[in-house]
Amino acid sequence: MFLYNLTLQAPNAINQAILGNFSGTKQQELIVSHVSRIELLRPDTTVGKVHSILSHEVFGVIRSLAAFRLTGASKDYIVIGSDSGRIVILEYNPTKNVFEKVHQETFGKSGCRRIVPGQYLAVDPKGRAVMIGSMEKQKLVYILNRDIAARLTIGSPLEAHKSHTIVQHITGVDVGFENPIFACLEVDYSEADQDPTGEAFKETEKMLTYYELDLGLNHVVRKWSEAVDRKANLLVSVPGGSDGPSGVLVCSENYVTYKHIGSATLTVPIPRRENPLENKDRGLLIVSGVVHKMKNSFFLLLQSEEGDLYKVTVDHTGDTVNDIKIKYFDTVPVAAGLCILRSGFLFVASEFGNHHFYHFEELGDDSDTPEYSSSDFMSNDGEPLDIRVYFKPRPLKNLLLVDELTSMSPLTDAKVMNLADEDTPQIYALCGRGSRSTMRILRHGLEVTELAVSPLPANPTAVWTTRLKADDLYDQYIIVSFSNATLVLSIGETVEEVTDTGFLATTPTIAVQQLGQDALLQIYPQGIRHIRANRQVTEWRAPGGKSIVRAATNQQQVVIALTGGELVYFEVDDSENLSESHVRREMSGNVTCLSIQPLPVGRKRVRFLAVGCDDNTVRILSLAASSCLEPLSMQALSAVPESLVMIDMPDQISEGSLTTLYLNIGLQNGVLLRTVLDQTAGLLSDTRTRFLGARAVRLFELNMAGNPAVLALSSRPWLSYQLQSRIHLNPLSYEALEYAASFTSEQCPEGVVAISGNALKIFTIEKFGQVFNETAIPLKYTPRHFIVNPIHKTIAVIETEHSTYSAQEKKRALDGLGLEDATEHEELDPVIFGNTRSMPGKWASLIRVLSPLNGETSFTLELENNEAAFSIAVLNFAVEPSELFLAVGTAADLTLAPKSISSGFIHIYKFVNEGTALELVHKTAVDEIPYALLHFQGRLLAGIGRALRIYDLGKRKLLRKCENRNIPNAIVTLHNQGGRIVIGDVQESVHYASYIPADNKIVIFADDKMSRWMTCSTMIDYDTVAGGDKFGNFFVDRLPQKLSREIDEDEAGSKSVGKGYLHGAAHKVDMVAHYHVGDILTSMAKTSFVAGGRELILYTTLMGGIGIFVPFQTREDIDFFQTLEMHMRNEMPPLAGRDHLSYRGYHVPVKGTVDGDICEQYNLLTGDKKRMIAEELDRSPAEIQKKIEDMRIRAI
Amino acid sequence: DRSNLNSQLEHLQSKYVGTGHADTSKFEWGVNQARDSYASYIGHHPMLSYFALAENESIARVKYNITEKMVQPCGPPAERRE
Repeated sequence: MFLYNLTLQAPNAINQAILGNFSGTKQQELIVSHVSRIELLRPDTTVGKVHSILSHEVFGVIRSLAAFRLTGASKDYIVIGSDSGRIVILEYNPTKNVFEKVHQETFGKSGCRRIVPGQYLAVDPKGRAVMIGSMEKQKLVYILNRDIAARLTIGSPLEAHKSHTIVQHITGVDVGFENPIFACLEVDYSEADQDPTGEAFKETEKMLTYYELDLGLNHVVRKWSEAVDRKANLLVSVPGGSDGPSGVLVCSENYVTYKHIGSATLTVPIPRRENPLENKDRGLLIVSGVVHKMKNSFFLLLQSEEGDLYKVTVDHTGDTVNDIKIKYFDTVPVAAGLCILRSGFLFVASEFGNHHFYHFEELGDDSDTPEYSSSDFMSNDGEPLDIRVYFKPRPLKNLLLVDELTSMSPLTDAKVMNLADEDTPQIYALCGRGSRSTMRILRHGLEVTELAVSPLPANPTAVWTTRLKADDLYDQYIIVSFSNATLVLSIGETVEEVTDTGFLATTPTIAVQQLGQDALLQIYPQGIRHIRANRQVTEWRAPGGKSIVRAATNQQQVVIALTGGELVYFEVDDSENLSESHVRREMSGNVTCLSIQPLPVGRKRVRFLAVGCDDNTVRILSLAASSCLEPLSMQALSAVPESLVMIDMPDQISEGSLTTLYLNIGLQNGVLLRTVLDQTAGLLSDTRTRFLGARAVRLFELNMAGNPAVLALSSRPWLSYQLQSRIHLNPLSYEALEYAASFTSEQCPEGVVAISGNALKIFTIEKFGQVFNETAIPLKYTPRHFIVNPIHKTIAVIETEHSTYSAQEKKRALDGLGLEDATEHEELDPVIFGNTRSMPGKWASLIRVLSPLNGETSFTLELENNEAAFSIAVLNFAVEPSELFLAVGTAADLTLAPKSISSGFIHIYKFVNEGTALELVHKTAVDEIPYALLHFQGRLLAGIGRALRIYDLGKRKLLRKCENRNIPNAIVTLHNQGGRIVIGDVQESVHYASYIPADNKIVIFADDKMSRWMTCSTMIDYDTVAGGDKFGNFFVDRLPQKLSREIDEDEAGSKSVGKGYLHGAAHKVDMVAHYHVGDILTSMAKTSFVAGGRELILYTTLMGGIGIFVPFQTREDIDFFQTLEMHMRNEMPPLAGRDHLSYRGYHVPVKGTVDGDICEQYNLLTGDKKRMIAEELDRSPAEIQKKIEDMRIRAI
Repeated sequence: DRSNLNSQLEHLQSKYVGTGHADTSKFEWGVNQARDSYASYIGHHPMLSYFALAENESIARVKYNITEKMVQPCGPPAERRE
């Protein structure tokens, strides 16, 4: 087996977010890191939307990001701290839309190591130096400067190491143009390590240390060091120089402190939420902070771990700080990064769940929220007082949510199924944490926003939109053709019928075109009407006995096909008349479709006409004056062409010209072909084929995302468009359409008007590049797993959340405090403010049954007695075959570290009311946590800690039938086929066992040679299992076939038991494939995405990614892609400086897998490099691109 | 050139924290291993998210806890026996 890995949806959790002017224009942009991917987001501040401009996979772990700007420059550079042992400086090139590596300096080994810098990055606010630090000991300072040609230079590293020191945080202090200073929060452990009494550890202090880079001496010195709160965790620098007093805010548990050399220490407590159920022993941390500088002032926004934002203002006179003030601002999701745009927007990169984009409505200057000032909380001797202050949380007041970016993180479980009986299966995924959790149903297709639907008197056959004059910005008319009439609608405030347009209303229409300067053209079966702006009409009549069947037009040229296959050509002449050419041409068969090249701006004539005939051919004819309607080339097809569209797409395929002309051919058998049309000779080459659906494909030219695009209508609509130098062909998540046209109006610059049945529909597409569109069903607690009831097609979800009040517990606690349930704090929306936090060791958990079709929850059951659900299975018992049961594994009074429980339980429920509700049958106590449950031959197979047991249904409880206690640690996954059971251990990879009915025992006969911390697995076939581990590895293990046969023939089980080998089972499985995905895998399934398509392994990751492994089918393909991958590694080394091969082999060398993501980066190479690689592979660049595209198309 | 080898080893030990030597105690070995693991957890964001999800804490809190644990991951050292 040899696999090809492809990312279908890149992980969308953000771990770093920075703001800057990366394009070098006034526009502020965001750069976010999705751990192994760097993305440029451009906020559109006029409409308040955030658009993704560029996303690039770096094949490494981005741990820190920083932006800096050289003094006097207008463009920001990006510094990346990664796991590569290198510091990398990138520049964004807006014309090519790529990140370019400016500098890459190696300083250490690769990997996320303790003493190799990369974890922390801090830049001098004036862009003169950057410090890159590690968790312990090492810190390097690089001086940034520019050379004579104004290029960025980077100095050799200056060391600021301090051994035996753990670093909590680093930031650059704003000191104006004095020597750059970096502030570090450090703990020296050297004494604690030597002192057996533990006294030294208690006395260990956390130090705030200033490292000064002496630019004159080219040397870093420890300038100042002072003890701060032991629980400090974050530094936020305060503007300095001419903007403010300089210094840093040290955020620690419960307090924010201002510190600077020679300045008084000022401390203010962090206001806490008023909450009767508050755990007073729990400290409050600040998780992120951001400074916003305005013309003459500045403020800081700090965010607590509950998500509350605080506005902090520093009251200063000159460089002397008098006071710091803190005030509750608003509550937003807990952020991994906060960015404030100058235009008054706040970007919140959530650590879990969707990212939010807010507009500042106010700056929190109101007086009704209490403000706390440091001067009120200092005792006389300068020590802070231990006082808690509170605020009352309230809905958003200063901020307004304007946009959301989807993030599926954390994605805990997913399944691919076709519960809704659609063309393609859906992905059901459990996403989110706490009260922001959802179940998301993903469908392959672009999201469509419907703007209007209006019914028409009859079923129309076609629709067009048209402008009235060549320089109109927007469409003015919608023309609808019926089988015997034509209707003209004018677009204004409302869409209304108009009659005095010059259009012939009593006939069907074949084509409509805005012609020349200000004329309109209506082509109908008997002739052509040329309608001038003054309503003067010129008619051209079809010759007797013949009628017009097809037409193709642009603003200057018109071609019509008459019955019998005769073509007639017209052109707009200088006096704006439509003049017929003297040349006519007889085609070999009936003409089924026509297309004329779109007219570039300023041109009078284009050269190519495409004609499709019913003899299964498409011909390219010339429209040049000298060779009018002369044939140039021909392509034979597998079926009759139904529709043709020629469009110009900007791309890099053909060097020299900026655009490539594509001929799109829709066939009657549902196939779409895309062919490159050579602009000089009119030859066709490089054909890409794709089956779209059962219906004949009709094509329409549109404008999407600023570029020409093609809408293809078959049994579902598809869109072929260009994004980030690749042509995408994605289905739309919309009903089947009959006919469509582009629609441009003031409110909707890039819309589509289409007909479906007797309705006229107007819609837009906004989220390009997101191949899945989602429907979300809200959940209450962090979802863990779900199963599908196979008979009634309902879904049962278990939701379990740590240290949270369950509904009953909360009521009890409130009653205990003498508060009624409906006190005012209940108004808080848990989706924004979270569920009420309880003590560690307390759990809230529920079982929910919902319908995937309407998304409605039909049943919920909150578990009582501090039980938490961890596993779920649907099954039927042989003793009661008529009923469908649900088994839920729970733990009571679970504490996480050290792990302990009072008891485990297996609940058995019966599905009632058509599978929409549950009824408890009984509950069986077990000694450990049941992490895995499975239906097994009419009984229940349960992994309970290290024991694997078979249970049968009894009257009062489950009856233990069989047990094996030889699993090393804890069973987390279970699968079976026939009598073979595959067990996944939390730490020790997979174990193969067989159930021997004669002896009623389970025998483990094979295990893995290496240990793996399993998170998910799936059986690919009887002998093979694929799995993922906590370190982001994917692997496939296979039982040798000979052994597999022997085990199955061996009914007594003597061979299976064998003699243990190396403290494990008698036999070992072989590793077939191994690959580092880079993110924790949370679910995996063998499935096929296209009906009847190829089977593949689909996986989901914790950060919200979806990917696939497709098996190769021929040896040639394997060789081809392996060679291509090798060339790509050389020609396009990853941006963050990590070696691709060692990244994919992070823990174990890559085996049996090709990385499709790096192969797809072939499209981003320059033409020279493309050709060079193509020569090495004995192919043309187009062939290579086609092969790469085919791999993706065949899978999805 | 035994001294040369020794000096090379010492150089390694001073450059790379955690390099073992003939007299590495169980405590030192454990402490180094724990600090290495914790640093790796912090470096790999998905790992931090995973812990944060299980504990229902914010990622920043998990990172803070782990960094604090790096100071003394295995408790105080054992009494030295001469």
